[in-house]
Amino acid sequence: MNNSKTAAALKTMLAALICILAGLVIGFIVLLVLAYTGIAAKGEPFTMLDVIKTAYNDGFKQLLMGGFYLKPRAVRNEIALAAPLIMTGLSVGFAFKTGLFNIGAAGQYTVGALGALIFALIFKLPWYVCLLGAALFGAVWGAIPGFFKAYLNINEVITAIMFNWIGLYAVNTLTYMGGNSPMYNLKTTKTWPIAAKSEWSVIPDLGTTYFKKPATIAIFLAVAIALVLYVVLNKTTFGYELKACGLSKTSAKYAGINEKRNIILSMTISGALAGFGAGLYYLSGVAEWQPLVSTVLPSMGFDGISVALLASSNPIGIILSALFISHISTGGGMMNANLFPPEIADVISGVIIYLCAFLMLFRNALGRIFTRKNKGGTK
Amino acid sequence: MQLLMKYTLLYSFVLMLVALGGMFSERSGIINIALEGIMVIGGLAGVLATNMMANSSPMMIVTVSILCAAIAGILYSLMLAFASINLKADQTIGGTALNILATAIAMVIAKRINGTQSPRIDYNNGPFIFDIGGLSLNVFIVLGAVLLVVSYVVLYKTRLGLRLRSCGEHPQAAASVGINVFKMRYTGVIFSGLLGGIGGFAYIAPAVQSWNFEVGVSGMGFLALAVMIFGQWKPFRIFLAALFFSLFRAMANIADSIPFLAQLHWPKEIYNMMPFIASMVVLALTSKKSRAPKAEGIPYDKGMR
Repeated sequence: MNNSKTAAALKTMLAALICILAGLVIGFIVLLVLAYTGIAAKGEPFTMLDVIKTAYNDGFKQLLMGGFYLKPRAVRNEIALAAPLIMTGLSVGFAFKTGLFNIGAAGQYTVGALGALIFALIFKLPWYVCLLGAALFGAVWGAIPGFFKAYLNINEVITAIMFNWIGLYAVNTLTYMGGNSPMYNLKTTKTWPIAAKSEWSVIPDLGTTYFKKPATIAIFLAVAIALVLYVVLNKTTFGYELKACGLSKTSAKYAGINEKRNIILSMTISGALAGFGAGLYYLSGVAEWQPLVSTVLPSMGFDGISVALLASSNPIGIILSALFISHISTGGGMMNANLFPPEIADVISGVIIYLCAFLMLFRNALGRIFTRKNKGGTK
Repeated sequence: MQLLMKYTLLYSFVLMLVALGGMFSERSGIINIALEGIMVIGGLAGVLATNMMANSSPMMIVTVSILCAAIAGILYSLMLAFASINLKADQTIGGTALNILATAIAMVIAKRINGTQSPRIDYNNGPFIFDIGGLSLNVFIVLGAVLLVVSYVVLYKTRLGLRLRSCGEHPQAAASVGINVFKMRYTGVIFSGLLGGIGGFAYIAPAVQSWNFEVGVSGMGFLALAVMIFGQWKPFRIFLAALFFSLFRAMANIADSIPFLAQLHWPKEIYNMMPFIASMVVLALTSKKSRAPKAEGIPYDKGMR
């Protein structure tokens, strides 16, 4: 019993590694093409080796090394990015476990950011209250698609997409209000830095001097939540009921589980997780909201999908895959921008999601290889 | 008033084209959430073709660039077809991946072509626009009207259409009378790539002379999905639904120039929100009698009953 469980986990991990490897290979090919056109444009003679060298030294190396390319400063950025990514990954992953596809993590994250800013900049409450506020705002935004799904039978994906955009425009309006919003700083065209308005709303410092710049305990909070979620999903009746709904709505109903309530509850929790992630990011003092230029949804929400898929929605795995995604995004930002746009990191994560869409196929194929090896061809 | 009409027409044919694309795909049984991404890729290809042929005759520019947009859309949609038909992947996740990938690819290409770190591409949209009685129209309106009729005929009056629809309702039954489900579903997705690619170009080209690919197509592909559902997967209803949605969308563009609306001093964002809110209201009201294709989203399995 225990043995088969480890084998399954091993297969999942192997499949994820194949996805990552394939994503990196495609990323390297893109770098090669860009390096080739870049060098060829100069009109000087060159060899294929020059192209490969440029692609590696100016792009791929940074991608692989991530934050460690410019340590310790960039390592801090990588970790600051990983904390909210873990949360959006958990948000999407939790919904997956309960049979829902929460594509709305981006919107819940955005609305969660608004919650964090309101509680910190206007009410000036301590950081843990602000975090709960962010989670609360995200939860409301997550509950809406759940409600539409449970009572009106509208696919949660459609509702979530619509509310992503509604959320984005609403947050931009409220943080700006024609320049009159109390959260808006006219000079920087961003929202006020949290520390300037309410010092105790900033998440406490880690207390290490290694990074040369302040780093907060956000990452530990995210990891703690992942562990809690793992226990809830695997060791409690509540988690079991939610998962049962995910596996088969009708059988769950037959077993006396209130499936409508569970759908709304799953989406609410999922939204709260995404909102909490926004809280971790915006209360860390690493970035402010920019209402005038935020015309697209934060990529954090969509990266959460890659994170969750890569980890097969396992909360512990999500911690690792979030670290990986934040690793390559940080690395992508450090490539030679004249040759390689940082969006190559997004290309890689897009390829990974695409491959993850048929991850099951890999897993089954791997399974066949395993059983053949172990049991000499008998099934 | 004329401005309102101009933008309403502009957006309605974009939404209609893309929603028709979605209709073909879903009628064959494949949920195409990648429409947004297909639009981006189609728009990018069209814009690049326009720039490359800047010195050709207007007729040439229009024909070739629209063809390029269509072909790019088809090629990109094949990735969805391959994942969801051959590999039986989760169609929603595959589509989401393609959406994310499309914006990333467009940004990388646009930045590369500019040689700078700006993903904004300039182009001349003169060849696409013409005037009738002071009302500014564009070639996509003509093309859209033709494609609407063609779509209707293909879907309801041809053998192909009948077979395609049967694969979206009950693929096993279709297969039992000798219809190749794989081929039909590929056809559906390819049509959606064609229409989505043209739709993306139709959104970008006639309105402005410079496009920032960072914003993709700002949610138009998703709105088209709502238009398709509101249109109940039927061509002419989709056209009416598209008109309804674009009226809201157009308001965002011209709110400042209508005296009555300008007096309200609402932020632009409120108008941007409106089509999305309207689509939710509409979806909520029509959900009970939804006539979605029965087999959409379910990978075809020969052995399933």
